[in-house]
Amino acid sequence: MRIQVDPTTLAVLKGRLEQLADEMDANLFRSAFNPIIAEARDASHGLYHPATGETLIQGKNGLPIFVGTMAFAVKYLIDHLIQNDVTIQDGDVYLFNDPYDGGTHLSDFKLVRPYFSDGRIFCFIASVAHWHDVGGNVPGNYNPAATECHQEAVLIPPVLLINRGIVNQDIVSILQANSRLPTSLIGDLKAQIGALELGCNRMAQLLKDFDPGLVWQVCGQLKTIAESMMREHVSRLPNGFYSAEDWLDNDGTTASPLMVAVDLTISDANLVLDFSRTALQCSGPINVSKSTTIAACYVGLKHLFKDVPANSGVLSAIDFIIPDDSLLAATAPKPVGGYTETILRIIDVIFVAMSKADPAIVNGCAYGTINALSMSGYRQSGERWVLFSFFGGGHGGHPEGDGLNHGNAPISMATIPPLEILEAAYPIYFSKWALRPNSGGQGRYRGGLGAIYEIVLLEEHADVFLFGDRSRFGPPGVCGGGSGMVNSFLYEHDGNMIAPPLLSKATGIRLKKGQRVRLETPGGGGYGDSAERKEQDIANDILEGYVTDRLDVESIHD
Amino acid sequence: MTELSAQTAIGIDVGGTYTDLFLYDAKNCECSVVKVVTDHAAQANGIEVGLKNCNVQLNNVGTIVHGTTVGTNALLQRTGARVGLITTKGFGDVLEMRRRDRPQTWGLWGRFDPIIPRHRRLEVEERTLSDGKVIQPVHEDEIKEAGQRLLDMGAESVVVFFINSYANQQNETYAGDILREIWPNEYVSTSSEILPEIREYERASTSAINAYLQPILGPYLTDLGDRLHRHHIDTQILVVQSNGGLTSTRMACREPVRTTLSGPAAGVIGAAYIAHQSGYDNVITCDMGGTSFDVSLIADGSASMVAETAIDFGMVTRSPMIEIVTIGAGGGSIANVDAGGILEIGPESAGSEPGPACYGKGNGTPTVTDANLVLGRINPLTPIGMGIGQLDLDAAKRAIVSHIAKPLGLDLMAAADAIIRVANSKMAGAIRLVSIERGYQPEAFVLMPFGGGGALHAGALIKDVGLSKAVIPRYPGATSAFGCVVADIRLDRVKTINTLLKHLDINRLNEESERLHLDGMRNLEASQLSVKELTVYLELDMNYVGQTHTITVQLPQNLVSVGLIRKAFEQTYRRIYSDVLEGIPVRVLNMRMVMIGKRPEFDLSLFLNAKVESTQTKTIKQRDVWVEGEWQSVRVYQRNQLNAGTVIVGPALIEQNDATVFVDDKLTGTADTFGNLTLELQ
Repeated sequence: MRIQVDPTTLAVLKGRLEQLADEMDANLFRSAFNPIIAEARDASHGLYHPATGETLIQGKNGLPIFVGTMAFAVKYLIDHLIQNDVTIQDGDVYLFNDPYDGGTHLSDFKLVRPYFSDGRIFCFIASVAHWHDVGGNVPGNYNPAATECHQEAVLIPPVLLINRGIVNQDIVSILQANSRLPTSLIGDLKAQIGALELGCNRMAQLLKDFDPGLVWQVCGQLKTIAESMMREHVSRLPNGFYSAEDWLDNDGTTASPLMVAVDLTISDANLVLDFSRTALQCSGPINVSKSTTIAACYVGLKHLFKDVPANSGVLSAIDFIIPDDSLLAATAPKPVGGYTETILRIIDVIFVAMSKADPAIVNGCAYGTINALSMSGYRQSGERWVLFSFFGGGHGGHPEGDGLNHGNAPISMATIPPLEILEAAYPIYFSKWALRPNSGGQGRYRGGLGAIYEIVLLEEHADVFLFGDRSRFGPPGVCGGGSGMVNSFLYEHDGNMIAPPLLSKATGIRLKKGQRVRLETPGGGGYGDSAERKEQDIANDILEGYVTDRLDVESIHD
Repeated sequence: MTELSAQTAIGIDVGGTYTDLFLYDAKNCECSVVKVVTDHAAQANGIEVGLKNCNVQLNNVGTIVHGTTVGTNALLQRTGARVGLITTKGFGDVLEMRRRDRPQTWGLWGRFDPIIPRHRRLEVEERTLSDGKVIQPVHEDEIKEAGQRLLDMGAESVVVFFINSYANQQNETYAGDILREIWPNEYVSTSSEILPEIREYERASTSAINAYLQPILGPYLTDLGDRLHRHHIDTQILVVQSNGGLTSTRMACREPVRTTLSGPAAGVIGAAYIAHQSGYDNVITCDMGGTSFDVSLIADGSASMVAETAIDFGMVTRSPMIEIVTIGAGGGSIANVDAGGILEIGPESAGSEPGPACYGKGNGTPTVTDANLVLGRINPLTPIGMGIGQLDLDAAKRAIVSHIAKPLGLDLMAAADAIIRVANSKMAGAIRLVSIERGYQPEAFVLMPFGGGGALHAGALIKDVGLSKAVIPRYPGATSAFGCVVADIRLDRVKTINTLLKHLDINRLNEESERLHLDGMRNLEASQLSVKELTVYLELDMNYVGQTHTITVQLPQNLVSVGLIRKAFEQTYRRIYSDVLEGIPVRVLNMRMVMIGKRPEFDLSLFLNAKVESTQTKTIKQRDVWVEGEWQSVRVYQRNQLNAGTVIVGPALIEQNDATVFVDDKLTGTADTFGNLTLELQ
């Protein structure tokens, strides 16, 4: 029987530990260089178990998907050190971006530092953040046509970046030499090192105020609580077998859709997520590693069971079946750059399957694609510019109301940069930045609206790449709700607006001065039968122009 | 003109529960405090009741300063005006697109209702690029037609918001001029008048909120002025802005968005003033009210500022304001045990209506106040403020037993103690956030609690965070009203420059600053405020090229050069991020100008003989209080009986009309010559 920490100390220490991780997040967001960290908050910080790498505490404001993957990344480093018989020292920092064992994709650089107390590793403190450009075929590293990871970016295995406090400049030089934006890279790297330093200082203060053994007990107890809460939630769902299927447009190389399917078994307090019916590994960059798949499940479930603490205990309550040859179990050198599209689909099928178990806890699917758009070229001065941004869409309707218009993806808390900042920084201007009427799926509660963005080039030439999805299969509604409108990307060519062959996965588009691209993003899926929608809500939709013509909308969602 | 010498100054703070008046009669060197219950339906009623109950001659009033929550309430309750928006074609949804966010990390059930609905956001042909070049001018007819449509829809105010107007306001200004010809009232504004700063959503939101509040604040202040007139007070009303400085009624009505945190800012200014006069320039203030615990930091005598805040999800206002970190840990914050068995305090609050369980008004869940009552730290017979009657100790006990003690397997006293300790730890977290997390060492700071509840927790907070001491002002509950009387006059202006530091044209900078200065002076003159001493300083928002967040760098007063600006930037950057980045160009995004008009000083020793209606008994009593796990009989002092130099050894309680001070175990309280009570570790 585990000794319980007294309730006051438990509450107090939980708050202190969360504050420590949140502060590291905030520090990096403020000091980072590239907007994907500073504005889109594509980063995360936490404390991890010294032997198992399990997540002890994770900041609340980082990218939710990292909450799950970082535990695998730290475990990977621990195994790597053991295999190579390396002893990690106080003041060491390891750096790597391996996407297979560490999760996610090559843009995400993990920095891991041990925290020592009484001569032993008390925990690992880690920082992960999305760097702007680290080589590969496409500026910004979203290469929709990659067939192996080497075409996506440079791959760094765990290397000793800082040796007992001394930075190895050779590693920094290699990284900078492989980036189209070396200044941004060094700025982000320094900011991450700063965040780790801050975490260590705060940890030192914490262990001055509290006994290390007590801190350990609290971490253990928080894990137990998370697991038992998760099981409590599961046990309240009716026992049964619930399935859902959804599709990705294509893998970026061939036009066939790929299925993502989940079979969910609930028996009392046990939950099994079986992905056996999902497509096999593909040649294009929408493969994801097993650790990323598990992390995505974590995100999907945490959206449904919001009150469960964010630590490894959540996952202890779940069993996964993911075949080794699955799209969801990628190994080197399969390309994984577009992992976001696949994990968004994993979350969508979890929502749809869960809606069959309990309609009261779910929502229609969100827009389901990050639409990573890269536009780049050279200014007349010869200076290189790379515009890179993610775009938003609608959230699903839910039991309490319509979905949020123009929200961020379920896997992130990203904000979009102000269009005025983008116009001031790059030779482009927007001719439209607006909600997309009729894009929300019908239902008793309508899906939120997606957006329309139209960008005009002001320089002579630009290369355009897009990594998106949902151009063929709109975000599904739940409990009778309709799908949101599909994603649409068009670019100007010989006076016409045309779609790329693989729709939302576009590469090699050359834009001339004055030409435009137009992105229309999906709305969210609806919730419940649209016949039950209140007259007042229908009238309001027409008044505000969220829906312009009901007949038109119905035909779109057929 | 307002003249402060030999006249009476009145500070008025209308809070969620009480309306406080602080009256300073300069002729007779007297001050007094009046506290009445806030009239939520008509705030001016409460103020009138307060004026009737004060013992001061009102025919000699020279200054009336108001900290108001009229704007905040209108925003939170969505009771502002019907606003119309005219904007660039293709960008009518900027307000609703926000920055593509959601309210909570976990859970996708977010909701956002823009304060200007979509059908009242009209698009017109026009466009300016980011370099200020106009590629599509405005058509007069189109603006007139849009304006007329908005009037037909019943719009009371209108705002013009065009893309990139920060870079060139020509189109916006022209459209505004056309609208003023047809608009029936003065509520016409352009986004570049309100905030000529890059970032379209923040500028649009700030301008929209301004237009939403214009038709609310104007009539309120006019009505209040009329009522004051009936009491023979004919001076104009000054209003505290969120930046802690005063502005005229005229300016407040034109830019009400600058007053959305008027009341809380007045509190910080009041506390900072008392601290400074008492010899402390590094202060952390905390205001514990019914629903929240508000923390601010004052370093070297200046309150720490923020550029932006969101009053609710997506309701962003960008205007310099005192940084106030708010957490849901007030007296009315509800304690509960969550599904995982963890004790949590707030953010749900019982507020003042129905209030804590001990108010006996129907709330059966335990609050922080209930725990303080059960621990013997609050006197059930004389609760703070009027109109509550006696507190129901048994109701507080029942609530704690059923909601906390039973689920956690604790006895009543341990559960009450746990509520206070977890609440204290939450408050300590907020204090760490503004101090340690910003690179300030807590030992260098004193804590100044104000509001009704702060002084009960001050001792525990200095122990937890490691602050040097707590200084409790003579009237913690009237600090905001006092702040109104001592606040300086302040004007903030911003202009986006967006250039590399190495390309910065110092002459142009000086010209811009001269222009802002003249503009500011014109506003000051138009407001008819007299100022004793005017200080102007310039700040630049700067960053390394590539970063999107900026830091605000204060410029040296004279002989500004690119080299000096770089040095100032690097110093500030190093203080925040402990390192600078070599070889990366530096960019200047915005220029900010701050004008501060100093007000005459106030002698704090007047507090020692202030007139306060008192019902307190003079004898020192004993009361049983739960301290360090056991009941102890502790001495209960009356605050108005303490003479300068009195030393009180904890544990002890000090009662006064507007607050209770708990001198924790191992602490000593000392009364000083400024009326303060200083708590220090023994």
